[in-house]
Amino acid sequence: MKFSAHEWRGHFPLLANHPRLHYLDNAATGQLCAAAFDAVTHHELTQRANVLRGTYRLAEQADEAYEKARRQAAAYLNAAGVDEVVFTSGTTAAINLVAHAFGDGLKPGDEVALSLAEHHSNFVPWQMLRERCGIVLRFIPLSADGRLDLSRLDAAITPRCRLVAVTHASNVTGAVTDLAPIAAAARAAGARLLVDGAQRVQHGPVDVQALGADFYAFSGHKVFAPTGVGVLWGRGEALAALPPFLGGGGMIGRVTAAATTYAAPPRRFEAGTPPIAQAIGLGAALDWLRALVWEELNAHSARLAQRLIGELAALPGLTFLGPRDLRARLPIVAFNLAGIHPHDLCQVLDAHHVAVRGGHHCAQPLMDCFGVEGAVRASLAPYNTGADIDALLEGLRDAQRKLK
Amino acid sequence: MSDDLYQQAILDLAKSADGAGRLAAPDGTAQGDSPLCGDRVRMEVKLEGGRIAAVAHEVKGCLLCRAAAAAIGRHAAGLDAAQAEAVGRQVVALLAGEDGKPDWPELEYFAPVRPHRNRHGCVLLPFETLLAALDSRDSA
Repeated sequence: MKFSAHEWRGHFPLLANHPRLHYLDNAATGQLCAAAFDAVTHHELTQRANVLRGTYRLAEQADEAYEKARRQAAAYLNAAGVDEVVFTSGTTAAINLVAHAFGDGLKPGDEVALSLAEHHSNFVPWQMLRERCGIVLRFIPLSADGRLDLSRLDAAITPRCRLVAVTHASNVTGAVTDLAPIAAAARAAGARLLVDGAQRVQHGPVDVQALGADFYAFSGHKVFAPTGVGVLWGRGEALAALPPFLGGGGMIGRVTAAATTYAAPPRRFEAGTPPIAQAIGLGAALDWLRALVWEELNAHSARLAQRLIGELAALPGLTFLGPRDLRARLPIVAFNLAGIHPHDLCQVLDAHHVAVRGGHHCAQPLMDCFGVEGAVRASLAPYNTGADIDALLEGLRDAQRKLK
Repeated sequence: MSDDLYQQAILDLAKSADGAGRLAAPDGTAQGDSPLCGDRVRMEVKLEGGRIAAVAHEVKGCLLCRAAAAAIGRHAAGLDAAQAEAVGRQVVALLAGEDGKPDWPELEYFAPVRPHRNRHGCVLLPFETLLAALDSRDSA
């Protein structure tokens, strides 16, 4: 069946509750899909119990639902094994897990390579590791349109490099990273590759095996699932080589007064009660998304993005952050209007029921590269329609009239 | 409504940019950053007898932030540190919706910001930076 955005909107209860809303902040949080909502509700109403502890039937049902969610996440990522999926509280927690479990084993002078396009969640943990362990950070530079400059990988990924941590797609420019040459450079240096997939997963299933990554992190709330849950995928041998990060219940083999042994992955990295209902909601969302025809969904979003870019370009004083073409980019469009601060623009747009984000987007090093303090960002999902673009453009024209 | 935020009075106040610039030899200087939006305010004060003789600011920020800085530029001269703190508290109270009339009439322009909690910082940043500039003189 041909994709229909109007029909797809019916899967998102919030949009029905706010019929006038033009929600264009999907890079921050996607709306909760009915599949996730139903799964969470079913779990909480019929099988709520702690997991991996109880021997009664209710607990066993909760166990099964939680592990089913792990299988669903593994399937969405085409992971080689279910045990390669670690549930975390989100992308930030997943990256911090690696920064501690892998990073704390590094020695002074060892190097971690990042790009300057990273979200703070893939930037600050490595700076904190530098403070703890004396590592050296190297940066993959950017081209003028905000893409990673892959012609200069040699300078960032040296023989001292132990880990490369890059985004799969920028949360500001929407530029999708060409990971193959980075994976090759990391492999040649004997370094691990961590990919921040927070912006990519909501645009269709990912094949982590094909990417050549060792770790892949994403958040549930950006993929139309609940907040408070995320995934760290780790290649089997990469995860097995890591010590635990957080200690507590559920992650142990045996605890004695003298010492503790640890469980195998993924439980080694899931100390304490995990976000059970959220993980079940995430699994349901991923299962639903996996069955969709993504070529049609992404073609719809790309058409809207193309129209938006074209009409924005005609506004006087408008500058884009990032590529203006649609090659290897997501439907995320960041821009500034001369003389109007992004927050003021967003506030006026709110009066038009348009929800967009303004500010530095937790990417201040990228803002520095562009020489700006912030920008307005419109980020699309397949439930967006031409009416959302119309409202955004009308709001921008209104802001220009009011605020200039 | 967002429209209420951008009434002509606040647009004019921001546009006036009263106090914008730098002082030749400030006695106190501070820089304030907004972690939310990356906005940056620099405040400089010249003091005479414990009172602000002159104030100057540079703002890379939104219209609300620029308007708040302009209100400071218009009225801060003559205040001592305690009085400047009192004005800052009036702005906090205004944004919290508490009763009371602020000393500077322009501060009432910011009343429509009340329901927009994420914008409170835009208004407060210049006041916090002014107090930090006065503090920097104390600790120098």
